[in-house]
Amino acid sequence: MTETQSQPDPEVFRRTQASPEFHELKRSFRGFAFPMTVAFLVWYLLYVLLSTYAVELMSTPVIGDVNLGLLISFGQFVTTFLLTWLYVRHANRSIDPKAEAIRVEIEEGQV
Amino acid sequence: MDVGNHLLNIVIFGVFVAITLAIVLRVSRGNRTATEYYAGGRAFSGRQNGIAIAGDYLSAASFLGIAGAVALYGYDGLLYSVGFLVAWLVALLLVAEPLRNTGKYTMADVLSFRMRQKPVRTAAATSTLVVSFFYLLAQMAGAGGLVALLLGVSDPGQQGLVIAVVGVIMIVYVLVGGMKGTTWVQIIKAALLIAGAAVMTLWVLVQNRFNISALLAKAAEASPEGTRILEPMLQYGGSEMSKLSFVSLAIALVLGAAGLPHVLMRFYTVPTAKAARHSVAWAIALIGAFYLFTLILGYGATVLVGPEVIRDSPGGVNSAAPLLAFELGGTVLLAVISGVAFATILAVVAGLTITASASFSHDVYNSVIRNGSATPEQEVRVARITAVVIGVLAIVGGILANGQNIAFLVALAFAIAASANLPSILYSLYWKRFNTRGTLWSIIAGLTSALVLIVFSPAVSGSETAMLPDVDFAWFPLTNPALLSVPIGFLAGWLGTITSNETDDAKQAEMEVRAMTGVGAEKAVVH
Repeated sequence: MTETQSQPDPEVFRRTQASPEFHELKRSFRGFAFPMTVAFLVWYLLYVLLSTYAVELMSTPVIGDVNLGLLISFGQFVTTFLLTWLYVRHANRSIDPKAEAIRVEIEEGQV
Repeated sequence: MDVGNHLLNIVIFGVFVAITLAIVLRVSRGNRTATEYYAGGRAFSGRQNGIAIAGDYLSAASFLGIAGAVALYGYDGLLYSVGFLVAWLVALLLVAEPLRNTGKYTMADVLSFRMRQKPVRTAAATSTLVVSFFYLLAQMAGAGGLVALLLGVSDPGQQGLVIAVVGVIMIVYVLVGGMKGTTWVQIIKAALLIAGAAVMTLWVLVQNRFNISALLAKAAEASPEGTRILEPMLQYGGSEMSKLSFVSLAIALVLGAAGLPHVLMRFYTVPTAKAARHSVAWAIALIGAFYLFTLILGYGATVLVGPEVIRDSPGGVNSAAPLLAFELGGTVLLAVISGVAFATILAVVAGLTITASASFSHDVYNSVIRNGSATPEQEVRVARITAVVIGVLAIVGGILANGQNIAFLVALAFAIAASANLPSILYSLYWKRFNTRGTLWSIIAGLTSALVLIVFSPAVSGSETAMLPDVDFAWFPLTNPALLSVPIGFLAGWLGTITSNETDDAKQAEMEVRAMTGVGAEKAVVH
């Protein structure tokens, strides 16, 4: 069983936080996660408000008996799946390597 | 309408309990350390944990409640599931990974990381217990209604006995299995539930030659509401206030999931932040697919069972899915679906109990009462005792709340989680200046405003459908508080922060670097 690990010196964290590599990691994460959060929340609220206050518009039949509201509901499912896939891909490609490099540096005491 | 073979229903449920108990006994050998008891040794893979999350999240309210809501109200039932699903993006993008990197066992670990320990842990544990208890009550209340339908037990005393049996089995799972055993119960249950729903969905689709539009047309024909069942606001469109109540509910749903303590605790059962990310991705795929199934099942029930029959059956709206199973596959399919529905309640209740007991033992007993001096063995012993106490409270509460609206109680838990927990979680992860006073104000203001607005809402008093229909002390017009209480939680966190000078730059640096890189994160237990 291994649960103990060596704790780095507190100064290491402050130096790392100020380093350009860490800024780059933060930028790479926040640059994706923050705008995407705003986007999906706005898209969801739009769906809720249209369903609540634009009933006639949402009841317009589009394909057979499938109306606009049902299509937008499916759209919410599709965008949720799509955004999940995009984020996992972005994180695997652009965030993980940067985080890993900084983690190794700290654990090997090179900061 | 009394359908099915009650004995067969009980036998299939018994088989589920026997199999899961055997598995729980097998996996839980050596379940003595705190990490094993609370976090399953952090040894689950992302996919396993994703399935377990789906098992934890797809409660009886989701399965029976949403299928029933679609069957009777159509589109408005779908609105629920969209909110429940989109909510997972908050967890994926903002919460799961940094939480895994900075905490050990509970939500309070993260909130108290760079704050003064005792007050923050006390506040966070209080809100954990309140949210978990509301959620627990909803599940146990649902058990009563389910029993009425599936076992033909209509006497409240006998229903109470069945609720007690469910509660006792759950306590055994938690005591013996800890988080590892509970996780396996959730994985098995999720697989059964999703497979069962998939089979029924396919069946309905084959009957309609995979023509969704034809299914919708038949549903509109079968419903007394006609094509209104395909359009929004059949259930919520009564007045301006009921519409606004719905908007408030939608906010609670989308912001609540990432603040539910039993959901957050699941992220500690995997070895890395990357595995936490993959768990959420798996959970989103499974939960999303399941909600698409419930849409087909709901409209299928409208067509094949009919809204009147559903409304008049002993379980009311919750009986749409079981009745559809009976129409499609007779007594055997009904028994399987019933067994799965019981298993659902069992698994969700076990997850809630372990979360609440961990929070009491780790945050209140060890950190506040014992100043962090308790040994892991002592902590786990207290957690086990707490689990028994919570289990007994859940049984008593479930018997008292028997017959209450399940979906309403769950929506309440989401509203409290969104108001009391989410603001402080996001601030502590992403706002450098955030401090102890901000955390406390945010939790306390979010929690009390949500609770006060619920008590004085038309859901509790002053309307025919209220919990207490004979008295009227309602002054808040909305049945869900989130529209007001979520902004209050965020505002109080900001106000508390800027009126206090406290900062801990060293701790903030440590938290941010650890959250982003995983340095010093708790490792998996290796035997």
